[in-house]
This record gives sequence, structure tokens and C-alpha cells, in this order.
Amino acid sequence: MRVTVIDYKAGNLTSVLKALRHLSAEAIVTDGDLALVETAERIVLPGVGHFAATERLDATGLTAAIRAAIARGVPFLGICVGMQWLYAGSSEAPEQPGLGHFAESCTRFPEGQEKVPHVGWNSLEVRSNSRLLAGVEPGEHVYFTHSFKAPVSADTAAITHYIEPFAAAVERGNVMGTQFHPEKSGATGLKILGNFLRWKGTE
Amino acid sequence: MITKRIIACLDVSGGRVVKGVQFVDIIDAGDPATQAARHAREGADEIVLLDITATHEGRSTLLDTVRRTARELFVPFCVGGGIGSADDAAQVFEAGADKVSVNSAALKDPALIDAIGRSFGAQAVVVAIDARRDPQAADPVRDAQVFVQGGRKLTGRRAVEWAREAEARGAGEILLTSMDSDGMRTGFDCELTAAVSEAVNIPVIASGGAGTVEHFVDVFGRGKADAALAASIFHFGVSSARSLKEELAKAGVSVRLPC
Repeated sequence: MRVTVIDYKAGNLTSVLKALRHLSAEAIVTDGDLALVETAERIVLPGVGHFAATERLDATGLTAAIRAAIARGVPFLGICVGMQWLYAGSSEAPEQPGLGHFAESCTRFPEGQEKVPHVGWNSLEVRSNSRLLAGVEPGEHVYFTHSFKAPVSADTAAITHYIEPFAAAVERGNVMGTQFHPEKSGATGLKILGNFLRWKGTE
Repeated sequence: MITKRIIACLDVSGGRVVKGVQFVDIIDAGDPATQAARHAREGADEIVLLDITATHEGRSTLLDTVRRTARELFVPFCVGGGIGSADDAAQVFEAGADKVSVNSAALKDPALIDAIGRSFGAQAVVVAIDARRDPQAADPVRDAQVFVQGGRKLTGRRAVEWAREAEARGAGEILLTSMDSDGMRTGFDCELTAAVSEAVNIPVIASGGAGTVEHFVDVFGRGKADAALAASIFHFGVSSARSLKEELAKAGVSVRLPC
């Protein structure tokens, strides 16, 4: 299994690469070599840091290349800011558009009730038809660290509650995303990444 | 529901796990990579590796330890000790850490917090504060004094105001160690932990003093801690993260039980 991992210089890719390689994937990294996106079998867009950093995807032509790959049916997984980028945008950087694959926009958790950011292990309410989260049982937890989140919508694959319900995972066709970090979520996270890597993209 | 985190702390020196009781009486407790993997398997939510005798010469040993420890670890992994610059932090991230913990270097040059946060995100910056109550102060708890060099050197900073500054500069979490309680196994300093936790909007990890399950129940309740660090309690088979968490769940604390 070959996976193209997109580097947009927003943080550290080591953990994601390590987890993918642990699952026997051949992970290759690109920060602008469009050929690696054009020939990609699978794409992972990790993300830690600020939504504004996704501007680099536009500047390097990666946005257009990823959009074309998604249209070809290439399985795509966005993690954390990488998931948020799949939406129309985020109030973290209102001037920076997202991919717009999902029509909604990301917003900050409301202040005043709990600490923001949401950091730690939280549970998932998985929608039964999710392929990405197949085999995730009630009571399993995953690791989050974020202040912005996507709203619950028809494409939400799992809901997590913190201050209010939000989209912990999203899934439509070949496009998937997790707000949490599967690469940091122990056995549960590896199971989820394994689901992505094994998914044939035709179901 | 968000769970309270139990963080296993490995104090390392020269590539081996050691644990000091009040920072003296060092005892060897094994290989860091093996210990970290065991704690993660037993349900620790996170691993912290602290290089307690950080020296310039020991840097490559530490990086090698981080690399070996990170290799098969799929829970958050924080590394601290001797991180004096954004370049030091970059090397530790490159070796596989998800977060770095900064302490004395940040007190000397607080802009270090901003610099690491800018490059790696706030979630990657943990500011460690070693504090001791100040009986002389008007408020001995809020005005707890911040120390460096394992409690030997006063900094003139006060715990609550320093935690606030760290947050304002972009710290993602505070790791608060009570120097009064550390190694004593008589319980966390819940008043100090609550004072800091209520003063900031970022998670506070309580450290120092864990000896029994009740101590953890207390610091998550009265102490308003988001996470708690345990070191010596886990060594030598005294307790495991799994048994600790099972007891915590029985006491009504929301925790992640290992599958």
C-alpha cells in the first residue's frame, strides 16, 4: 500500500509516518511535487497548527492536485486541521478558504464552560455505516487536541461531546476526515488507520 | 465525555530510567523504550520522558532514547529536560516526540515558548513549573515560588502569574510539580493545582506526591487537574495504569480503560 502524505509545513509529520509505516504502508511525503499527488494511490493530509497554514496548499498547487485526485476517486484522509480543510473554511483564518468538499464551516468552541482547547481522550458515537470507524466499539477513546471543530451534519461519521456535540469524523464517498489523531490514539487509532489503508475505494 | 488523563513519567539519565525521591536517591528502573511501551499497553494515556541530568554532551544519547522510545509508541509522547532553544525542540520532534516540555530555559527567556509554538503549534508546548508554597506570602498558594535546578534555585516568579504568562505566550499545557509534595507519596498539592488550573484556560497536569488512588481522585476533584503525572507509583510493579484507572472508574472519575 502506498500513501502520499502531504507536508504543508504546519508541524511535525513524524507520528503520522510512523503509524502508517507500522501498518506496513509505504508512506511518501511531498511538500509540492504534484506528480506524487497525481499518481497517488491514497492521500493523507495530517495537520497540527493553524488553519492559515493551509494557504501553502493553494500556493504550491497542491489544492488543485488534491481536488483532481479526489474527483478520480483516490481515497483521502484528512487529520485534525487536515479534516477541517475539507470544509468551506474556518473562523480561525476567515480569509483562507478550505477545499469546500463539505459545505459547512469550522468554528471555535464557545468560551466560558470548559477549557478551550479540548485536549485529551474522548469517546466516539459512531454512525453505523462508517467504513473508516468499522469495528470501533462503544467505550473506545481517541486523542484530541484542538480549539476549532466542524459541526454535525449528514456526512458526520462520529460525534464527540465537548461543550457541545461536534463532528469527530466525517466521511462521504472516498473522502474521510478525523478531528482526533488516530496516530496518537493507541490500538483504536491504528485500527482506524488500518480501515483507511484497506478500504478499496469502490464500496 | 472527556476523560482525565493518567500520564506515566519516566525520569531518564544516560539512557536509563531513574527516579529520584525529592530529586536525590537515584534508583535504576530500566530501559525507557520498554517501560514506555509497557505503560502504554497498560493504559497510560500519555508518556512523559524527562532527561533529569540534561547536559550538552548527553544530547545525542537523549535523542537516541527518544527515537527508540517513540518507535512503537502510539500515544502522545512528551519529552523534557535541557531543551534550551527552538533548535533543541526541533531535534526532539524530529526524533519522534509530539510535545516538548520546557522549564528553566523558558524562565530565562520566555520568548522560547512563543518560538516553539509558532513552529510546531501550541499543542506541542508544555511549560513545566516547579513550585513550592511561600509561607511568607500573603497568599502562600497562589504566590507559590517557582524554582529551577531541581528546586535549588529561586526564580522570583510566582506560580499563578507565570502560568498565565506561559498561556499568553502560546503554551498548550502546564505541567505543575509541587516541590513540597514531590517524592513524598503523601498526595498532590490540590490547592496549588486548583489555583493554577482556575487561572488558565489550558490543561494543567498535576505532578508530585502520588502515592495512592485517593490522591488521584482528590487532584481530579478538588485539585481541578485535567491530567495527573505518576512516576514512582508505576515502577517496580507497585501499581499499573490499568489498576489505577479501574479504581478511579469505581470512584466515579471518567477515565479511558485500556481495551
